[in-house]
Amino acid sequence: MKDLYLVFKNLTRKPLRLFLTVFATFIAFMIFGTLGAFQQALNSGVELSADDRLVTINKINFTQPLPIAYVNRIRALDDIESATHLNWFGGYYQEARNQMGMFAVDPETFLVVYDELLMTDEEKTLWLGNRQGLIAGESIAANFGWKVGDRVPVNSNIFSQRDGSTVWDFDVVAIYTGEDEQTDTNSVYFHYEYFNETQSFGGDNIGFVGIKTDDPSKNESVIKAVDDMFVNSSAETETVPEKAFNKAFLDQIGNLGLILTSVILAAFFVILVIVGNSMILSIRERTGEIGVMKTLGFTSSRIFRMVLSESLLLALLGGTLGIVASGALAEAVNQAPIQLPTLVIGQSIWVQALLFMIGLGLITGIVPATNALRLNIITALSRD
Amino acid sequence: MADDILYDLKNISKKFVKGKETITVFDDLNMSIARGDFLAIMGPSGSGKTTLLNMLGGVDQPSSGEVHFDGKRVDTLSETQLAAWRANNIGFIFQFYNLMPMLNAQRNVELPLLLTRLGSAQRKKSVAAALELVSLSDRAKHMPKEMSGGQQQRVAIARALVSDPKLLLCDEPTGDLDRQTADEILSMLQLLNRDYGKTIVMVTHDPAAAKYAKRTLHLDKGEFVEKDLAA
Repeated sequence: MKDLYLVFKNLTRKPLRLFLTVFATFIAFMIFGTLGAFQQALNSGVELSADDRLVTINKINFTQPLPIAYVNRIRALDDIESATHLNWFGGYYQEARNQMGMFAVDPETFLVVYDELLMTDEEKTLWLGNRQGLIAGESIAANFGWKVGDRVPVNSNIFSQRDGSTVWDFDVVAIYTGEDEQTDTNSVYFHYEYFNETQSFGGDNIGFVGIKTDDPSKNESVIKAVDDMFVNSSAETETVPEKAFNKAFLDQIGNLGLILTSVILAAFFVILVIVGNSMILSIRERTGEIGVMKTLGFTSSRIFRMVLSESLLLALLGGTLGIVASGALAEAVNQAPIQLPTLVIGQSIWVQALLFMIGLGLITGIVPATNALRLNIITALSRD
Repeated sequence: MADDILYDLKNISKKFVKGKETITVFDDLNMSIARGDFLAIMGPSGSGKTTLLNMLGGVDQPSSGEVHFDGKRVDTLSETQLAAWRANNIGFIFQFYNLMPMLNAQRNVELPLLLTRLGSAQRKKSVAAALELVSLSDRAKHMPKEMSGGQQQRVAIARALVSDPKLLLCDEPTGDLDRQTADEILSMLQLLNRDYGKTIVMVTHDPAAAKYAKRTLHLDKGEFVEKDLAA
């Protein structure tokens, strides 16, 4: 503890260099925090998937429809608690760029299968009783300024009504929240019946079936039973666990994890070079002073620890500021009227960041600290 | 009396290897320093006076021979043991003061005390006393760059004294100062020797500085001749 003051004074002796080095570290950790949160948000769809939930799609691919009659046949199978169906609507609000994840669903069974979407019993009753009722996640409702009681027109970029219009009118009956902080609240759900009765084509078809099994251990047998039932039919099915479905969907965008990790690693590599170089220069400039300290009786190992503490403190300072800033940035993104998953700088990001800070501090400090450790007093004083 | 001997160097040799050449600085050098002595070491460049000072300060080791300090052999100590020994026994005063530029006078003087078990309050008390001794109490909060060369050297003296070492080693302590300031510093060293009984070894090029010492050793090619100036 007695040396902490010396470490602090050494660190702050050149304010401009300190600022620039901390700023570089700050930027790297802000990138890490923000992209890390983004990566986690994307993966949350996979991580938060229920183990007892399956998805049945058309075997050709998930854009091909399935007959609605399939749902009742699936419900009749063993080991299934409930099954519901969803249809991608391709909805947007006011302008085409305001697209949203909007699905036509069977409200009653939907709320059973997707029970992580939270709303009051009163809101549920309201929705079930209003064919034009729409429930919106809190994020998307905030983005569009929707509140319960509003009547909102929504366009579809896929479907049209029988009168040729692509606009459907809805009553916002509930704003749902998520069970988890990262549960998707950017989606909108409405009555399939309303959709099916008004659309101009593709009636009595659905996009995919959501199945809730009695127990995750029954998944395999249910998958086999469902797919076997529709084999050799005009619309063969492929049933997969929801986790696998979401992951496959995410993978279609590309290996985002690899891209984000590459960006983070590139940022850290640059910082490693900048901070490492800065530390080496800083310690080299102090050769004479280190020689004097050793002459006074400071042991080599103590000076080694002091130099290493200095680089650790530098990394912790810049890193902490960077992660705090990424938290603020994430909050701003969450508040902004853009459709992105909820970004959260959670405990896992903090823990990872802390490990990276310690790693960065040790790696950038080890060379100058070793140089200081090995420095011969006579050489140091004669070089001064 | 053996008890009066603080430092005893027996049959010291010091050799450096430079490429294929071996340079001998000392060969079979013997030297004793009594407690309370004020010794000036003079000699031309390359005579070995700095090497001798480094050995006396435990920052360099002889190639052979024995070094006894206060009755204990120190040439066999490890680097870590030597560091502790220096902290406990030796005060260093350098030609260019060698203060830490980022620390004020008070903190500079406190440095050697960070190597002790003293608490913060006790350290502050010792630092205040050391600064008082060199008449710099009013400059305690000043940074080195805010002080003159003479003041900086006085801070360095306070730093050397603060842990109450048995021996003060001065390497050209007035080499960077004007005559008047040099005289002030040398008078201060003389006072520390005379009134506080500090044993001082000073390396200098300056005959006027050497006159402040009790005796002078002239070193040449690794051998020295004693000349009693106090007589």
